[in-house]
Amino acid sequence: MAIEVRIPTILREYTGGAKAVEGNGKTIDELIVDLESRHAGIRNRLVEENGELRRFVNVYLNDEDVRFIDGIASALDDGDSVTILPAVAGGA
Amino acid sequence: MSLPPLVEPAAELTVDEVRRYSRHLIIPDFGMSGQKRLKNAKVLCVGAGGLGSPALLYLAAAGVGTLGIVEFDTVDESNLQRQIIHGQSDIGKSKAQSAKESVLEANPYVNVVLHEERLEADNVMELFAQYDLIVDGTDNFATRYLVNDACVLLNKPYVWGSIYRFDGQASVFWAEHGPCYRCLYPEPPPPGMVPSCAEGGVLGVLCASIGSVQVNEAIKMLTGMGDPLLGRLMIYDALEMTYRQVKVRKDPECAVCGKNPTVTELIDYEAFCGVVSEEAQEAAAGSTITPRQLKEWMDADENIYVIDVREPNEYEIVSIPGAVLIPKGEFLMGGALESMPQDKRIVLHCKTGVRSAEVLAVLKSAGFQDAVHVGGGVIGWVNQIEPEKPVY
Repeated sequence: MAIEVRIPTILREYTGGAKAVEGNGKTIDELIVDLESRHAGIRNRLVEENGELRRFVNVYLNDEDVRFIDGIASALDDGDSVTILPAVAGGA
Repeated sequence: MSLPPLVEPAAELTVDEVRRYSRHLIIPDFGMSGQKRLKNAKVLCVGAGGLGSPALLYLAAAGVGTLGIVEFDTVDESNLQRQIIHGQSDIGKSKAQSAKESVLEANPYVNVVLHEERLEADNVMELFAQYDLIVDGTDNFATRYLVNDACVLLNKPYVWGSIYRFDGQASVFWAEHGPCYRCLYPEPPPPGMVPSCAEGGVLGVLCASIGSVQVNEAIKMLTGMGDPLLGRLMIYDALEMTYRQVKVRKDPECAVCGKNPTVTELIDYEAFCGVVSEEAQEAAAGSTITPRQLKEWMDADENIYVIDVREPNEYEIVSIPGAVLIPKGEFLMGGALESMPQDKRIVLHCKTGVRSAEVLAVLKSAGFQDAVHVGGGVIGWVNQIEPEKPVY
Protein backbone atom coordinates (compact mmCIF):
# COMPACT_ATOMS: atom_id res chain seq x y z
CA MET A 1 0.00 0.00 0.00
CA ALA A 2 1.51 3.29 -1.03
CA ILE A 3 1.12 6.11 1.46
CA GLU A 4 2.38 9.61 0.74
CA VAL A 5 4.29 11.01 3.73
CA ARG A 6 4.97 14.74 3.95
CA ILE A 7 8.25 15.48 5.67
CA PRO A 8 8.76 18.75 7.59
CA THR A 9 11.80 20.95 6.94
CA ILE A 10 13.63 19.91 10.09
CA LEU A 11 13.43 16.20 9.26
CA ARG A 12 14.44 16.45 5.60
CA GLU A 13 18.04 15.71 6.59
CA TYR A 14 16.87 12.09 6.78
CA THR A 15 15.19 12.04 3.37
CA GLY A 16 17.97 13.61 1.36
CA GLY A 17 16.01 16.85 1.25
CA ALA A 18 12.81 15.29 -0.10
CA LYS A 19 9.59 17.03 1.02
CA ALA A 20 7.48 13.96 0.45
CA VAL A 21 8.34 10.26 0.37
CA GLU A 22 6.35 7.09 -0.15
CA GLY A 23 5.95 4.42 2.47
CA ASN A 24 4.01 1.27 3.23
CA GLY A 25 2.25 -0.16 6.23
CA LYS A 26 -1.13 -1.09 7.63
CA THR A 27 -0.67 1.28 10.58
CA ILE A 28 1.26 4.46 11.36
CA ASP A 29 3.65 2.31 13.39
CA GLU A 30 4.39 0.01 10.44
CA LEU A 31 4.73 3.00 8.16
CA ILE A 32 7.38 4.57 10.41
CA VAL A 33 9.30 1.28 10.58
CA ASP A 34 9.16 1.12 6.79
CA LEU A 35 10.43 4.72 6.52
CA GLU A 36 13.28 3.91 8.91
CA SER A 37 14.48 1.14 6.56
CA ARG A 38 15.20 3.76 3.88
CA HIS A 39 15.71 6.88 6.00
CA ALA A 40 17.77 5.74 8.98
CA GLY A 41 17.34 7.89 12.07
CA ILE A 42 13.88 9.23 11.34
CA ARG A 43 12.04 6.83 13.65
CA ASN A 44 13.97 8.07 16.67
CA ARG A 45 12.79 11.61 15.94
CA LEU A 46 9.14 10.52 15.89
CA VAL A 47 8.79 7.73 18.42
CA GLU A 48 9.56 7.55 22.15
CA GLU A 49 11.42 4.64 23.70
CA ASN A 50 8.07 3.32 24.94
CA GLY A 51 6.87 3.03 21.34
CA GLU A 52 4.41 5.95 21.46
CA LEU A 53 4.62 9.00 19.25
CA ARG A 54 6.63 11.84 20.76
CA ARG A 55 4.39 14.48 22.36
CA PHE A 56 5.90 17.38 20.40
CA VAL A 57 5.50 15.69 17.01
CA ASN A 58 2.04 15.59 15.48
CA VAL A 59 1.20 13.06 12.80
CA TYR A 60 -1.87 13.73 10.68
CA LEU A 61 -3.69 11.03 8.76
CA ASN A 62 -5.21 13.08 5.96
CA ASP A 63 -6.37 16.09 8.04
CA GLU A 64 -6.91 14.32 11.36
CA ASP A 65 -4.39 14.20 14.23
CA VAL A 66 -3.73 10.48 14.88
CA ARG A 67 -3.69 11.15 18.64
CA PHE A 68 -7.47 11.47 18.26
CA ILE A 69 -7.77 8.25 16.22
CA ASP A 70 -5.71 5.33 17.57
CA GLY A 71 -2.36 7.04 17.99
CA ILE A 72 0.54 5.13 16.50
CA ALA A 73 -1.75 2.14 15.90
CA SER A 74 -4.08 4.14 13.63
CA ALA A 75 -4.96 2.11 10.53
CA LEU A 76 -3.93 3.23 7.05
CA ASP A 77 -5.59 2.75 3.69
CA ASP A 78 -4.01 2.82 0.27
CA GLY A 79 -3.86 6.39 -0.99
CA ASP A 80 -3.92 8.00 2.46
CA SER A 81 -1.73 11.00 3.02
CA VAL A 82 0.31 11.33 6.20
CA THR A 83 1.75 14.66 7.37
CA ILE A 84 4.41 14.92 10.04
CA LEU A 85 4.39 18.26 11.86
CA PRO A 86 6.76 18.86 14.75
CA ALA A 87 6.31 21.88 17.03
CA VAL A 88 8.13 24.99 15.77
CA ALA A 89 8.38 28.15 17.85
CA GLY A 90 10.02 30.68 15.53
CA GLY A 91 8.41 34.08 15.28
CA ALA A 92 11.01 36.78 15.63
CA MET B 1 -18.37 27.91 13.21
CA SER B 2 -18.86 31.60 13.83
CA LEU B 3 -18.51 33.41 17.14
CA PRO B 4 -20.12 36.58 18.47
CA PRO B 5 -18.00 39.75 18.27
CA LEU B 6 -15.47 40.11 21.07
CA VAL B 7 -15.94 43.86 21.37
CA GLU B 8 -18.92 46.19 21.63
CA PRO B 9 -18.96 49.11 19.16
CA ALA B 10 -17.59 52.49 20.23
CA ALA B 11 -20.23 55.22 20.46
CA GLU B 12 -19.17 56.95 17.26
CA LEU B 13 -16.46 57.63 14.70
CA THR B 14 -15.17 61.17 14.22
CA VAL B 15 -15.33 62.84 10.80
CA ASP B 16 -11.59 62.26 10.41
CA GLU B 17 -12.00 58.59 11.22
CA VAL B 18 -14.82 58.17 8.71
CA ARG B 19 -12.54 59.60 5.99
CA ARG B 20 -9.61 57.43 7.04
CA TYR B 21 -11.54 54.18 7.23
CA SER B 22 -13.84 54.74 4.25
CA ARG B 23 -12.65 51.61 2.38
CA HIS B 24 -13.68 49.53 5.39
CA LEU B 25 -16.94 51.38 5.90
CA ILE B 26 -18.23 50.70 2.40
CA ILE B 27 -17.77 46.92 2.76
CA PRO B 28 -21.37 45.82 3.42
CA ASP B 29 -20.51 43.15 6.02
CA PHE B 30 -18.02 45.35 7.85
CA GLY B 31 -19.44 48.86 7.82
CA MET B 32 -19.72 51.35 10.66
CA SER B 33 -20.41 48.61 13.17
CA GLY B 34 -17.21 46.69 12.40
CA GLN B 35 -15.09 49.83 12.45
CA LYS B 36 -16.58 51.00 15.74
CA ARG B 37 -15.81 47.62 17.26
CA LEU B 38 -12.18 47.91 16.15
CA LYS B 39 -12.04 51.39 17.67
CA ASN B 40 -13.11 49.96 21.01
CA ALA B 41 -10.76 46.95 20.77
CA LYS B 42 -7.67 46.40 22.90
CA VAL B 43 -5.14 44.04 21.34
CA LEU B 44 -1.84 43.00 22.88
CA CYS B 45 0.99 41.96 20.60
CA VAL B 46 3.69 39.93 22.32
CA GLY B 47 6.91 40.79 20.52
CA ALA B 48 7.63 43.48 17.92
CA GLY B 49 9.87 41.27 15.80
CA GLY B 50 9.25 39.13 12.71
CA LEU B 51 5.55 38.40 13.19
CA GLY B 52 4.91 41.42 15.41
CA SER B 53 6.13 43.90 12.78
CA PRO B 54 3.49 43.29 10.10
CA ALA B 55 0.88 42.41 12.71
CA LEU B 56 1.24 45.73 14.54
CA LEU B 57 1.31 47.80 11.35
CA TYR B 58 -1.84 46.20 9.95
CA LEU B 59 -3.69 46.24 13.28
CA ALA B 60 -2.83 49.93 13.56
CA ALA B 61 -3.81 50.78 10.00
CA ALA B 62 -7.08 48.88 10.42
CA GLY B 63 -8.02 51.16 13.31
CA VAL B 64 -7.66 48.98 16.42
CA GLY B 65 -8.14 51.55 19.17
CA THR B 66 -5.61 50.33 21.71
CA LEU B 67 -2.47 48.41 20.82
CA GLY B 68 -0.24 47.03 23.56
CA ILE B 69 3.31 45.97 22.74
CA VAL B 70 5.37 43.68 24.96
CA GLU B 71 9.01 43.95 23.95
CA PHE B 72 12.29 44.38 25.86
CA ASP B 73 14.82 43.98 23.04
CA THR B 74 16.68 46.60 20.98
CA VAL B 75 16.81 46.85 17.19
CA ASP B 76 19.73 45.01 15.59
CA GLU B 77 20.89 45.34 12.00
CA SER B 78 20.11 41.64 11.39
CA ASN B 79 16.43 42.32 12.25
CA LEU B 80 15.86 44.63 9.31
CA GLN B 81 15.68 41.88 6.67
CA ARG B 82 12.17 41.09 7.97
CA GLN B 83 11.13 43.34 10.87
CA ILE B 84 9.66 46.08 8.71
CA ILE B 85 8.30 48.11 11.60
CA HIS B 86 11.91 49.13 12.35
CA GLY B 87 14.31 51.03 10.08
CA GLN B 88 17.97 51.81 9.62
CA SER B 89 17.88 54.82 11.95
CA ASP B 90 16.34 52.65 14.72
CA ILE B 91 19.39 50.39 15.12
CA GLY B 92 20.30 50.29 18.80
CA LYS B 93 16.97 51.81 19.82
CA SER B 94 14.35 50.09 21.98
CA LYS B 95 12.13 47.98 19.72
CA ALA B 96 9.08 49.02 21.71
CA GLN B 97 9.81 52.71 21.12
CA SER B 98 10.66 52.15 17.48
CA ALA B 99 7.46 50.15 16.95
CA LYS B 100 5.39 52.83 18.66
CA GLU B 101 6.74 55.53 16.34
CA SER B 102 5.94 53.44 13.25
CA VAL B 103 2.45 52.62 14.51
CA LEU B 104 1.68 56.28 15.17
CA GLU B 105 3.01 57.22 11.75
CA ALA B 106 0.67 54.63 10.21
CA ASN B 107 -2.27 55.79 12.33
CA PRO B 108 -2.10 58.59 14.90
CA TYR B 109 -5.53 57.66 16.30
CA VAL B 110 -4.18 54.48 17.91
CA ASN B 111 -3.51 54.51 21.63
CA VAL B 112 -0.18 52.67 21.94
CA VAL B 113 0.72 51.17 25.32
CA LEU B 114 4.30 49.96 25.75
CA HIS B 115 5.24 47.19 28.14
CA GLU B 116 9.02 47.27 28.00
CA GLU B 117 9.63 44.15 29.98
CA ARG B 118 10.18 40.46 29.46
CA LEU B 119 6.92 38.52 29.65
CA GLU B 120 7.13 36.41 32.81
CA ALA B 121 4.81 34.34 34.96
CA ASP B 122 4.64 37.17 37.50
CA ASN B 123 3.50 39.91 35.08
CA VAL B 124 1.58 38.06 32.36
CA MET B 125 -1.79 37.85 34.12
CA GLU B 126 -1.96 41.55 34.96
CA LEU B 127 -0.87 42.45 31.42
CA PHE B 128 -3.24 40.15 29.54
CA ALA B 129 -6.21 41.10 31.74
CA GLN B 130 -6.14 44.59 30.17
CA TYR B 131 -6.73 43.30 26.62
CA ASP B 132 -9.47 41.62 24.56
CA LEU B 133 -7.19 39.44 22.46
CA ILE B 134 -3.53 38.37 22.38
CA VAL B 135 -1.42 38.14 19.20
CA ASP B 136 1.66 35.98 19.69
CA GLY B 137 4.83 36.89 17.83
CA THR B 138 7.39 35.35 20.16
CA ASP B 139 10.25 33.09 19.23
CA ASN B 140 10.61 30.43 21.91
CA PHE B 141 8.63 27.59 23.44
CA ALA B 142 8.81 28.82 27.04
CA THR B 143 7.05 32.10 26.18
CA ARG B 144 4.52 30.35 23.94
CA TYR B 145 3.41 27.96 26.69
CA LEU B 146 3.34 30.89 29.13
CA VAL B 147 1.12 32.89 26.74
CA ASN B 148 -1.14 29.89 26.17
CA ASP B 149 -1.62 29.02 29.81
CA ALA B 150 -2.26 32.64 30.81
CA CYS B 151 -4.84 32.93 27.99
CA VAL B 152 -6.61 29.77 29.15
CA LEU B 153 -6.64 30.91 32.78
CA LEU B 154 -7.96 34.36 31.79
CA ASN B 155 -10.26 33.02 29.04
CA LYS B 156 -8.65 35.17 26.32
CA PRO B 157 -8.49 34.26 22.63
CA TYR B 158 -4.94 33.73 21.43
CA VAL B 159 -3.92 34.22 17.79
CA TRP B 160 -0.84 32.11 17.21
CA GLY B 161 1.69 32.01 14.39
CA SER B 162 4.99 30.30 13.81
CA ILE B 163 7.63 30.56 11.09
CA TYR B 164 10.76 28.71 10.02
CA ARG B 165 12.72 29.08 6.78
CA PHE B 166 9.98 28.80 4.09
CA ASP B 167 7.23 27.31 6.26
CA GLY B 168 4.63 28.96 8.43
CA GLN B 169 1.69 27.95 10.56
CA ALA B 170 -1.15 29.85 12.15
CA SER B 171 -4.12 29.06 14.34
CA VAL B 172 -6.47 30.54 16.91
CA PHE B 173 -6.67 29.07 20.39
CA TRP B 174 -9.49 29.78 22.81
CA ALA B 175 -10.21 27.16 25.42
CA GLU B 176 -13.78 28.30 26.06
CA HIS B 177 -14.77 27.69 22.44
CA GLY B 178 -12.18 25.19 21.22
CA PRO B 179 -8.66 23.88 21.68
CA CYS B 180 -5.67 25.58 23.29
CA TYR B 181 -2.02 25.33 22.21
CA ARG B 182 -1.40 22.45 24.61
CA CYS B 183 -4.19 20.50 22.88
CA LEU B 184 -2.10 20.82 19.70
CA TYR B 185 1.29 20.16 21.31
CA PRO B 186 1.04 18.81 24.87
CA GLU B 187 4.77 19.17 25.48
CA PRO B 188 7.65 21.16 24.00
CA PRO B 189 10.51 19.37 22.27
CA PRO B 190 13.69 18.85 24.28
CA PRO B 191 16.06 21.80 23.90
CA GLY B 192 18.37 21.55 20.92
CA MET B 193 16.07 19.30 18.90
CA VAL B 194 14.14 22.04 17.07
CA PRO B 195 16.22 24.91 15.70
CA SER B 196 15.11 28.53 16.06
CA CYS B 197 14.99 31.14 13.28
CA ALA B 198 18.29 32.51 14.64
CA GLU B 199 19.82 29.09 13.99
CA GLY B 200 17.92 27.96 10.92
CA GLY B 201 16.98 31.23 9.23
CA VAL B 202 13.69 32.59 7.95
CA LEU B 203 12.62 34.13 4.66
CA GLY B 204 11.79 37.72 5.56
CA VAL B 205 8.51 37.95 3.68
CA LEU B 206 7.24 34.81 5.43
CA CYS B 207 6.68 37.07 8.45
CA ALA B 208 4.15 39.04 6.42
CA SER B 209 2.46 35.90 5.08
CA ILE B 210 1.82 34.58 8.58
CA GLY B 211 1.56 37.92 10.44
CA SER B 212 -1.16 39.04 8.06
CA VAL B 213 -3.11 35.82 8.64
CA GLN B 214 -2.90 36.56 12.36
CA VAL B 215 -4.26 40.09 11.85
CA ASN B 216 -6.98 38.73 9.58
CA GLU B 217 -8.09 36.36 12.34
CA ALA B 218 -7.82 39.05 15.04
CA ILE B 219 -10.08 41.40 13.04
CA LYS B 220 -12.61 38.61 12.48
CA MET B 221 -12.74 37.75 16.17
CA LEU B 222 -12.97 41.38 17.30
CA THR B 223 -15.82 42.17 14.90
CA GLY B 224 -17.53 38.76 14.83
CA MET B 225 -17.15 38.26 11.08
CA GLY B 226 -16.59 35.00 9.26
CA ASP B 227 -15.30 31.67 10.55
CA PRO B 228 -12.34 31.98 12.90
CA LEU B 229 -9.29 29.73 12.47
CA LEU B 230 -10.26 28.02 15.72
CA GLY B 231 -9.89 24.25 15.74
CA ARG B 232 -7.92 24.41 12.49
CA LEU B 233 -4.21 24.73 11.82
CA MET B 234 -3.23 26.55 8.66
CA ILE B 235 0.02 25.29 7.15
CA TYR B 236 1.71 27.52 4.61
CA ASP B 237 4.51 26.43 2.27
CA ALA B 238 6.10 29.43 0.56
CA LEU B 239 8.07 27.33 -1.93
CA GLU B 240 5.06 25.35 -3.15
CA MET B 241 2.77 28.33 -2.50
CA THR B 242 0.17 26.18 -0.83
CA TYR B 243 -2.06 26.64 2.18
CA ARG B 244 -3.26 23.42 3.78
CA GLN B 245 -5.40 22.82 6.83
CA VAL B 246 -5.53 20.13 9.47
CA LYS B 247 -7.96 19.77 12.35
CA VAL B 248 -7.02 20.78 15.86
CA ARG B 249 -9.19 18.95 18.36
CA LYS B 250 -9.82 19.99 21.91
CA ASP B 251 -8.00 17.37 23.99
CA PRO B 252 -10.18 16.17 26.89
CA GLU B 253 -6.94 15.14 28.61
CA CYS B 254 -5.30 18.55 28.09
CA ALA B 255 -3.19 19.54 31.12
CA VAL B 256 -4.56 23.07 31.21
CA CYS B 257 -7.98 23.12 29.49
CA GLY B 258 -9.03 19.45 29.80
CA LYS B 259 -11.59 17.82 32.08
CA ASN B 260 -9.13 17.27 34.93
CA PRO B 261 -6.49 19.95 34.49
CA THR B 262 -3.16 19.47 36.27
CA VAL B 263 -1.96 22.96 35.40
CA THR B 264 -4.30 25.29 37.30
CA GLU B 265 -1.86 28.16 37.75
CA LEU B 266 1.22 29.35 35.91
CA ILE B 267 4.30 27.14 36.19
CA ASP B 268 8.06 27.55 35.69
CA TYR B 269 8.19 27.69 31.88
CA GLU B 270 11.98 27.83 31.57
CA ALA B 271 12.15 24.57 33.49
CA PHE B 272 9.21 23.09 31.51
CA CYS B 273 10.88 23.84 28.17
CA GLY B 274 14.52 23.64 29.27
CA VAL B 275 16.84 26.16 27.69
CA VAL B 276 19.81 23.83 27.43
CA SER B 277 19.34 20.13 28.17
CA GLU B 278 20.57 18.79 31.50
CA GLU B 279 23.10 16.59 29.72
CA ALA B 280 24.53 19.59 27.90
CA GLN B 281 24.70 21.67 31.07
CA GLU B 282 26.50 18.88 32.84
CA ALA B 283 28.92 18.38 29.95
CA ALA B 284 29.65 22.09 29.67
CA ALA B 285 30.34 22.53 33.39
CA GLY B 286 34.12 22.75 33.73
CA SER B 287 34.60 22.10 29.99
CA THR B 288 33.84 25.54 28.59
CA ILE B 289 36.68 27.73 27.33
CA THR B 290 36.65 31.37 26.25
CA PRO B 291 37.50 32.53 22.72
CA ARG B 292 40.70 34.05 24.21
CA GLN B 293 41.72 30.67 25.63
CA LEU B 294 41.20 29.10 22.19
CA LYS B 295 43.33 31.82 20.60
CA GLU B 296 46.10 31.16 23.15
CA TRP B 297 45.98 27.42 22.41
CA MET B 298 46.16 28.13 18.68
CA ASP B 299 49.09 30.52 19.09
CA ALA B 300 50.91 28.03 21.30
CA ASP B 301 50.35 25.26 18.71
CA GLU B 302 48.53 23.07 21.21
CA ASN B 303 47.47 19.66 19.94
CA ILE B 304 43.82 20.55 19.33
CA TYR B 305 41.17 19.76 16.70
CA VAL B 306 38.63 22.60 16.32
CA ILE B 307 35.18 21.56 15.07
CA ASP B 308 32.43 23.97 14.00
CA VAL B 309 29.07 22.23 14.55
CA ARG B 310 26.95 24.83 12.71
CA GLU B 311 25.36 24.44 9.27
CA PRO B 312 27.34 24.93 6.02
CA ASN B 313 25.73 28.27 5.12
CA GLU B 314 26.53 29.66 8.57
CA TYR B 315 30.13 28.52 8.14
CA GLU B 316 30.22 30.37 4.84
CA ILE B 317 29.24 33.66 6.52
CA VAL B 318 31.95 33.63 9.15
CA SER B 319 34.19 31.00 10.72
CA ILE B 320 37.08 30.55 13.11
CA PRO B 321 40.36 29.98 11.22
CA GLY B 322 41.23 26.29 10.97
CA ALA B 323 37.88 25.03 12.26
CA VAL B 324 36.52 21.92 10.53
CA LEU B 325 32.79 21.98 9.73
CA ILE B 326 30.81 18.99 11.04
CA PRO B 327 27.14 19.98 11.60
CA LYS B 328 25.48 19.01 14.89
CA GLY B 329 23.12 16.56 13.17
CA GLU B 330 26.03 14.34 12.14
CA PHE B 331 26.92 13.85 15.79
CA LEU B 332 23.33 13.24 16.86
CA MET B 333 22.90 10.61 14.14
CA GLY B 334 26.15 8.96 15.21
CA GLY B 335 28.09 9.10 11.95
CA ALA B 336 30.56 11.81 12.92
CA LEU B 337 31.87 10.10 16.05
CA GLU B 338 33.77 7.47 14.06
CA SER B 339 35.91 10.08 12.33
CA MET B 340 37.00 11.87 15.51
CA PRO B 341 40.77 11.98 16.05
CA GLN B 342 41.86 10.03 19.15
CA ASP B 343 45.20 11.80 19.60
CA LYS B 344 43.99 15.40 19.73
CA ARG B 345 41.95 17.42 22.16
CA ILE B 346 38.62 18.27 20.57
CA VAL B 347 37.38 21.88 20.75
CA LEU B 348 33.77 22.43 19.65
CA HIS B 349 32.07 25.67 18.77
CA CYS B 350 28.82 26.88 17.20
CA LYS B 351 27.20 30.33 16.89
CA THR B 352 26.77 31.13 20.59
CA GLY B 353 27.52 27.94 22.54
CA VAL B 354 24.17 26.16 22.80
CA ARG B 355 24.55 23.62 19.99
CA SER B 356 28.21 22.98 20.82
CA ALA B 357 27.18 22.15 24.42
CA GLU B 358 24.72 19.57 23.06
CA VAL B 359 27.42 17.98 20.91
CA LEU B 360 29.85 18.11 23.84
CA ALA B 361 27.45 15.91 25.81
CA VAL B 362 27.47 13.37 22.97
CA LEU B 363 31.28 13.38 22.76
CA LYS B 364 31.72 13.02 26.52
CA SER B 365 29.38 10.07 26.68
CA ALA B 366 31.38 8.50 23.83
CA GLY B 367 34.53 8.75 25.94
CA PHE B 368 36.13 12.00 24.77
CA GLN B 369 36.55 13.22 28.34
CA ASP B 370 38.94 16.10 27.64
CA ALA B 371 36.77 17.66 24.91
CA VAL B 372 35.74 21.28 25.50
CA HIS B 373 33.48 23.83 23.82
CA VAL B 374 33.82 27.57 23.29
CA GLY B 375 31.39 29.65 25.36
CA GLY B 376 29.90 32.40 23.20
CA GLY B 377 30.80 30.54 20.00
CA VAL B 378 31.90 32.26 16.81
CA ILE B 379 30.03 35.43 17.84
CA GLY B 380 32.19 35.64 20.97
CA TRP B 381 35.26 34.91 18.84
CA VAL B 382 34.52 37.76 16.44
CA ASN B 383 33.76 40.19 19.29
CA GLN B 384 36.95 39.38 21.18
CA ILE B 385 39.50 38.21 18.61
CA GLU B 386 38.59 39.22 15.06
CA PRO B 387 36.21 42.22 15.32
CA GLU B 388 36.65 43.00 11.62
CA LYS B 389 34.69 39.87 10.69
CA PRO B 390 30.89 39.94 10.24
CA VAL B 391 28.36 38.55 12.72
CA TYR B 392 24.86 37.38 11.88
